[in-house]
Parts: sequence; C-alpha cells; structure tokens
Amino acid sequence: MKLKEDAELSRLIQAEATYYEAPQQLRDKIAATLGGVALPEAEHKKNVASEWHRWLGMGVAFACGVIFSIAVLFFHGETETQNRIASQVVAGHVRSLMLAHLSDVVSTDQHTVKPWFSGKLDYSPPVKNLSSDGFELVGGRLDYMDERPVAALVYQHQLHTINVFVWPVRDASITAQSSMVLQGFNIIAWQNGGMQYWAVSDLNNTDLKQFADLLGK
Amino acid sequence: MNKPSQQFEKAALLHLRAAYNLARWLVRDEHVAQDMVQEAYLRAIKYSSGFNGDDIRPWILGIVRNTCYTWLQSNRSGEAILEFDENLDSDAYHSMNGSMTNNPEALLLSKQEGSRVNAAIAMLAPVFREVLVLRELEGLTYEEIATVAGIPAGTVMSRLARARTMLRAELNKEQQ
Repeated sequence: MKLKEDAELSRLIQAEATYYEAPQQLRDKIAATLGGVALPEAEHKKNVASEWHRWLGMGVAFACGVIFSIAVLFFHGETETQNRIASQVVAGHVRSLMLAHLSDVVSTDQHTVKPWFSGKLDYSPPVKNLSSDGFELVGGRLDYMDERPVAALVYQHQLHTINVFVWPVRDASITAQSSMVLQGFNIIAWQNGGMQYWAVSDLNNTDLKQFADLLGK
Repeated sequence: MNKPSQQFEKAALLHLRAAYNLARWLVRDEHVAQDMVQEAYLRAIKYSSGFNGDDIRPWILGIVRNTCYTWLQSNRSGEAILEFDENLDSDAYHSMNGSMTNNPEALLLSKQEGSRVNAAIAMLAPVFREVLVLRELEGLTYEEIATVAGIPAGTVMSRLARARTMLRAELNKEQQ
C-alpha cells in the first residue's frame, strides 16, 4: 500500500493515531480550580450545585487536611505522630468527598443534626443554627481525624460552603482563636467548652471570623 | 445574558479533552501534559475577561499550545529538530484501544499500525505535529488552527501539506 491521497492519510491517522484521553485526576483538578474561581450564579447553582459542592468540598477537604497537618505540626511539634494523623485526615476527607457526600444528615434544623450524631460519636458536638445571621446550617457528617471519629458540620453562607470539624480537646493545643490561609482557603481554629473547632471555607476571613465568633459563643 | 464566568467554566471543561490531547502530543509525556493543561487553565482563568465569548476552543487551545512551547523551549531544546524516541511512544502503543478485536493476531497488527502512525507523527517537529493533530484528531478548521498557533491560515495549509508529505514518506518508507 502506498499512501498517496490526503484523504487516505487522514483516514489512517484517524483510525490509528492515539487520541490521548485526559486522565480523571486532571479533570478533577481542573474542575476544582474552576469551581473555586468562577462563582456560579443562582440559576447556575441549581443545575450544578451538587457538582460544585463536590469539587468545592474536595478542595476544602484537601486544604483542610493540609492545613490541619501543618497547624498540628506547628502547635505540637510531635512530627511523627502528627504526620500520621495528617495523612489520615487527608485520606479520610478525600475519600468521603469523592463519594460526593458533603452531608450524611441533610437538615437545616439543629435539632435534627445534633441528635443524629449521638450513637455515632462519644461526645455531642454543639450544633447551632445561625441562619438568622446568614450562616445556614445545611447538614452534618462523620469524619475521622486525630485517630477518632469527629463531627463535621456544614454551613452555607451565600454561595460559600463552610466545613466545621469539632472534636474534644486532647491537650491544650489551641487556646486563642487562630486564623490561617492556605491555598486561598481561610481557616479558623479555636477551642471552647472542651471542644476544638476547625472552620474552613473559601469565604473571606472577615466573614469567616464573624461565623467563628457566632459559633464559638 | 450569559455570564462570562459561567460560560467560561462550562466551555473550559468541555474542551479539556482536546486540551489534554494537544498537550500530550506536543510534550509527549503524560505528567508534563497534565501540568501544561493545568498551567494553561490557570492562565486562561486569569485572562478569561479577554475571551470575547465567540469561540473558546481555539482560544483555550492556543493557551495550551503556548504553554507547551514555553516548556519545550526550556526543556527540550533539541525538539525543533526531527527526533524520534521509541520509549516516549511506547505508552501510546499501550493505550491503543484493545476493544476493537479479540483476535490476537489482528490486535497485534492493529497495535503495530497504531504504534507506527503514532511514532511517525511524533517524529514531526512540533509545528507540523500540532497542525496535524488539530486537523486530523480534533477536526479544527484552518482558521481555528491559525488562531491556536498564532499564524496565518495560509501558513496552516502549507504546514499541513508539508506535515502530510513527511508523514506519508515516513509511513511508506517503513512499510517497505
């Protein structure tokens, strides 16, 4: 066979040349990047809210995991143990969010969310409804951090999702409210009433601080 | 009214497949290609206000293309000359779709054919490789390719003709 015609060559290329498919991993990364940058409008939100949440959640989870590990390293200095916990944190988060579940219990009612945790945790996380202040409780789920199941509370402020991880204080690691920024995500950690709180969101620091103040009261 | 950001987001994801294929063909490494696409998308987001909303595909592929060229210039200075690296193309060979037949002999032949075509395209210099990939694998028009590569449509046509001539020569040579 001699290739003479362009059409013949085209057919051969189309039949035989490899079309390299974008790996899912890349799609995930790009979608997360876009989700974090281009804020959807209300109408848009209806259509892609779950997708958007999924990516945002995943981004939050990653950031939170990383931040948590860094913060933990910073506060404790027990490198080896903390590294181990940090990797668990990241792995646990990513797994839970990859299944596109931000919430195990979907409710805007604190009296639904709080009891849901009992029997699943050996402590009762304080759940507050802050909808009058613009922070709407959308649900909760279980997560695993610091070698224990922890409560994750999910709040919504405008189009921003806030994840708050709550579990009992093991030692006096965080006392004062501390803010961190990592990869564009704001994190505020504090402790109150024997519980430590880690709030993470793409929300601006001022609003997140307001949220932390309200929740921490 | 369509918000540019929404439009951009949707379209950008839609063309990710083409973006990756182009990057993968240009840099010929899957990890580098992923990095290129990510970098290009970050740039695209940054400059998305410059996107007028007409046709995002050539625009975004152009950014991917330029990102890849920057990388090629600093990492593969010899890339401008024709080169052929069998190892680089072996994964192309493996990623051929094996579902076309269960006949081992036919499968082997088809793989060899795919590998040969892939290798011959990979041998072309990037400027020829890109027009061929965009034309044959993505089905872009000359005008669209011109936008992507930042060259006149006439140059697209002459490059495409040269690319085909070289490819044909290579394939015919190997077959004898």
